[in-house]
Parts: sequence; structure tokens; C-alpha cells
Amino acid sequence: MSTSQTTTTDHHPALVHQFDSMEQQKAASTFGMWVFLLTEIMMFGGLFAAYLIYRIKYYPAFVAGSTSISVSWGFANTLVLIASSLTMAMAVWAAQKGKRSYQIWFILGTMILGSVFLGIKAKEYYDKWDECHVPGHVIGKGFNAWGGCSVQNPGLGNIADEIQKHAHDSGTIVPEASAIQTAKQTEIFFSFYFLMTGLHAFHMIIGMGLMTWLLLRARRGEFGPAYYTPVELGGLYWHFVDIVWIYLFPLLYLISRHKGAA
Amino acid sequence: MAEHAHRHPTPMLYLVIFLCLAFFTCATWAIAFADLGIWNPVVALAIACTKAVLVILFFMHVRYSDRLTMVTVGCGFFWLLILITLSLSDYLSRTLFAT
Repeated sequence: MSTSQTTTTDHHPALVHQFDSMEQQKAASTFGMWVFLLTEIMMFGGLFAAYLIYRIKYYPAFVAGSTSISVSWGFANTLVLIASSLTMAMAVWAAQKGKRSYQIWFILGTMILGSVFLGIKAKEYYDKWDECHVPGHVIGKGFNAWGGCSVQNPGLGNIADEIQKHAHDSGTIVPEASAIQTAKQTEIFFSFYFLMTGLHAFHMIIGMGLMTWLLLRARRGEFGPAYYTPVELGGLYWHFVDIVWIYLFPLLYLISRHKGAA
Repeated sequence: MAEHAHRHPTPMLYLVIFLCLAFFTCATWAIAFADLGIWNPVVALAIACTKAVLVILFFMHVRYSDRLTMVTVGCGFFWLLILITLSLSDYLSRTLFAT
């Protein structure tokens, strides 16, 4: 098979029969990947639009919810994720140049940084669980149970206290009933927070699976200058997930930050 | 060979793009604590868009891609812009004439 001299079979083993050339095959695959990513943009885009509309509708609650999540962890995670995009881009470069050991190391680096991101995200989720900020009654310790979460962690109560404290610091007074009302509405913010970061983290987990697959194929030395499309497309997916976080970070963590605590 | 090098970004360029992304991340984090009134979300989203464009053009190789890819990507983000701006122009303008 490898020594075949006829022109009809003398082509790269990765070239499938419906394409004339490797270039044509790569162009078709890239186009297909981008069309898939557009559907992803519309899915996350719908969530972003809904988030912005509810932020307008329940502005004080979204400020209270947004300032209750840790901006330091969010900031650290943003740096981790853009670093993973760098290692991913370098993995594509290594595949393009046919440098097998570089491919392996850069894909491994991407996976390690991806794991760090997911680890930090898990820590943030745990903190929210502990503070009784997970919406709903079924999971978590009961968001709406005023003081019922636990004596030490009154959940809703600590948001209401924060709202009153912050209003007091800026020279206004918010009555307790109104602070509790706003605190209850932060459940909408937290629903968006968990849905959007959860969907993003789910994409990260799928990305880790893709990286494992690429790692195994890179180890077998399948990628080189003539054929590296899977690494290129895996990279497109990874960078797309990075872009989603690039928007999640300011929208969830930053744009209300000047209104409240760090 | 020179033409080939032109079609693919180099590791040095990737590093520069990464440093730009890191710089913008630090900038948006620092600016978030300053009270800019209505401009806080505008500045944060402008920085996010700059970062996204850097990732799309260089890490995702759109700058080096064929026209079809460029048009596809452009269409996607244009469509997203329609979704966001038309929806928000409704919700943001409701209170303008409500009194």
C-alpha cells in the first residue's frame, strides 16, 4: 500500500475519496467547523442577550449578585484560559511543522491549564454552595430559606446585609424589607451565573476529551505539514471556548464591580 | 518559502498576542474598580471585543484564512450583533418615553 506507484492511489492516507486534494479537504473541514461554531455563538449569544435584558430589569439585584462572586478567582481563571489558548496555538504550530514531541507537550500543557481552570471553577462553585447562593430548593441548602441555610451562613441574609451595608456606606438607607426583596431577586442572577459558567465548563470538559484524542493521535505521529486538520479544528474549538469566557468574565464579574465590594 | 511563512503565524507572534491578551485582562480588571458611571460596561465590553478579535484573527487564523472563512465568521458575529442590539434597543428604550 505504501509503495503503490499508480497516480490514483498515490495520495496522503488521510485524504478521503470525495476530495481532490488535501487543501480542498482542509478548507471544507475548516468551513464546517466554523459553521458549527456559529451555532454555538447563537446559543451563547441567546444567553448573553437574556442576561443583559434581566440585568436591566433587576439591576440592583444583579449588582448585589455580581459583587458577591470572587473577582480575584475570575481574573486568575481568565489568565489561565488565555495561557491555555497560547499553548493550543503552539500545539497547532508544532503539528504544522511536524514536531512530534512539541505537539505532545503543548497539548499536555493545554490540558493542564484546562484542568486548573476547571479546578478554580469548582472552588468558586463550592464557595457559592457554602454561602447558600445556589438557586432553588432541590440542590444547595435552600436559597430562599431566610436564615434557614444554617445559623452561620444565612444565605439570602448575607446578601441583604451587604445591600444595607453598602447603601449605608454611600450615605443612603435601604429598608430591610426592600433589601430582602432585592436579595431574593439575586436568585435570577445566580441562575444565569450557574447556567452560563456551567455550560462553559461543560464545553471545557468536552475540550479536554478532544485534547486527549489529539494527544493519542499526536503520540502516534499522525500529524505533519501535509495533515494537521484535527489539531487545527480542535484549536478552533478551544479558542472559541476561550472567547466565550472573555465575554463571561466582564459580564458576570466586572461590570457592576465599582458598585460594591471586591 | 517566504510565502509559506507569510501564511502561518510564528511562535513569536503567538507570544505577542498572548501578552496583549494578558495586558487587556489586567487593564479590564483594574478599570472595573473605578466608577465610570454608565461607561463601566461599555469599556469592559470594548476590551472584551478587542481581546476576542485578537483571538479570532491570530489564534484562530482567520487573518490567514480564505475569503469563505472570513465571510462565514463575519456573518456569525453580524447575526449576533442583530440579536443583541435589536433586543436591547427595545428593553433599553422602554423607560425613555414611559413618563
